[in-house]
Amino acid sequence: MSLLEEMNQKATAQGIPLSAHIDITWRCNERCVHCYLDHDGKDEMSTAEIKDAIRQLADCGTFFLSISGGEPLLRRDCFEILEYARELRFNVKLKTNAVMIGAKEAARLKKMGIEQVQISIYSHRPEIHDAITKVPGSLRRSLEAIRHLTAQGVKVSITNVLMKQNAANGKAVQQLARDMGVEFGIDPIITPMLNGDWSTTNLWISRKELEEVFRTEDFVGNVGEFCAPVSNVDDNVLDGYSCSAGHTLAYISPTGDVFPCVQFPMPCGSLRQKTFRDIWYRSEQLTELRSVHVRDLPTCSHCSHTAYCSRCPGLAYMEGSMRGPSSIDCAKSEARTGIPSAWQLSPGYSSSKLVQIRLA
Amino acid sequence: MPPAETYLARSTDIAARKLGDETVIMSTVDSTIFMLNPTGSIIWEAADGNTPLSRIIEERVCAEFDVPVEQASADAQDFVDQLAKHAILLVSDEPIPPVKEVP
Repeated sequence: MSLLEEMNQKATAQGIPLSAHIDITWRCNERCVHCYLDHDGKDEMSTAEIKDAIRQLADCGTFFLSISGGEPLLRRDCFEILEYARELRFNVKLKTNAVMIGAKEAARLKKMGIEQVQISIYSHRPEIHDAITKVPGSLRRSLEAIRHLTAQGVKVSITNVLMKQNAANGKAVQQLARDMGVEFGIDPIITPMLNGDWSTTNLWISRKELEEVFRTEDFVGNVGEFCAPVSNVDDNVLDGYSCSAGHTLAYISPTGDVFPCVQFPMPCGSLRQKTFRDIWYRSEQLTELRSVHVRDLPTCSHCSHTAYCSRCPGLAYMEGSMRGPSSIDCAKSEARTGIPSAWQLSPGYSSSKLVQIRLA
Repeated sequence: MPPAETYLARSTDIAARKLGDETVIMSTVDSTIFMLNPTGSIIWEAADGNTPLSRIIEERVCAEFDVPVEQASADAQDFVDQLAKHAILLVSDEPIPPVKEVP
């Protein structure tokens, strides 16, 4: 077991929110066509409120802290917040489009000891990237920022989110990341908006394109292993949880509302009314979430994909029940292995529910 | 002449957090992760740059874990060497002034 796995296991056993994600604003200087947020800047937490939230997370044992948005650097106090988090000895990642990062900002990020800056790059071609962000020149500016960051020795990771517009650009962006000496990750899934609007999922890549992603060694490693169905489901799997949301992971919105994860819009309490500790350990919602083991899932517990499915309880929640299947993850498992999920095989299933998947 | 004392101070180029009675530390320089056991955690917390290692061992480690000083000293030296190798722990034979915190 790796040290990270050991940490996660200990944190789960002790109920420690090892990781937290704070969106310090939902305002943004880009207008990405697939974004799951609206860009409302109303009622954002003040600098003091955010620092207090961060201090409370430290007191509860949070180690990994992601600062994101919206575009976090739109807040004038972003660096003050990042530096405060480093003073409290968090492992800090910044998720940003980076267009506001120049040489001076890169040097400041290096000096504070930030763990990584994660930047979305949609294409190596400006006309595609800029059409997705709806900001002319945004690719050029993001790439310039990456150069400033790497020149300072700051670790950078490029995330390539795939959608209709850039479905064929994954390998080229990966090569761009290699050429720039930074990490690369690919995400072939567009999620619905947090407000329940599923229209963004119309941008999904086709089923055929998703299968191609899952059969590309550069993206998934050993394709044979990645796509092989695993039918052995032991008690360890059944007694486990779908993911870390609400177990060792917490999300805090710009208005101070606490959720299990950024992709799990189940409000658990407000930091303007309660302490984080009170919400984390006593909210009814989190208590219920933690009571759900894989064996309690009416459909997924006897699905042939159970052992490796990336079932997201947040997406399932958005579809009606945190105990239910997530059609997005059913589709991923099917594209990965060629085998339909238990839900897809159930009598009540209709492929029309899979509006997220465009048939090639 | 008495043997030189060893002073320890925590680097600021780290992320660190207590998980129960253990401590997780990650270097921001090379992302190496360390998990300190309860004894290591006590030494880590006491590494304030001013308290000699011998006093940390006597007053904190031996008192808490009921181990002979010789054994605790040998174990502590291994621990210090490992962390110092990754520049996570600063080691000196003189008191180490507090490092200026991140602005």
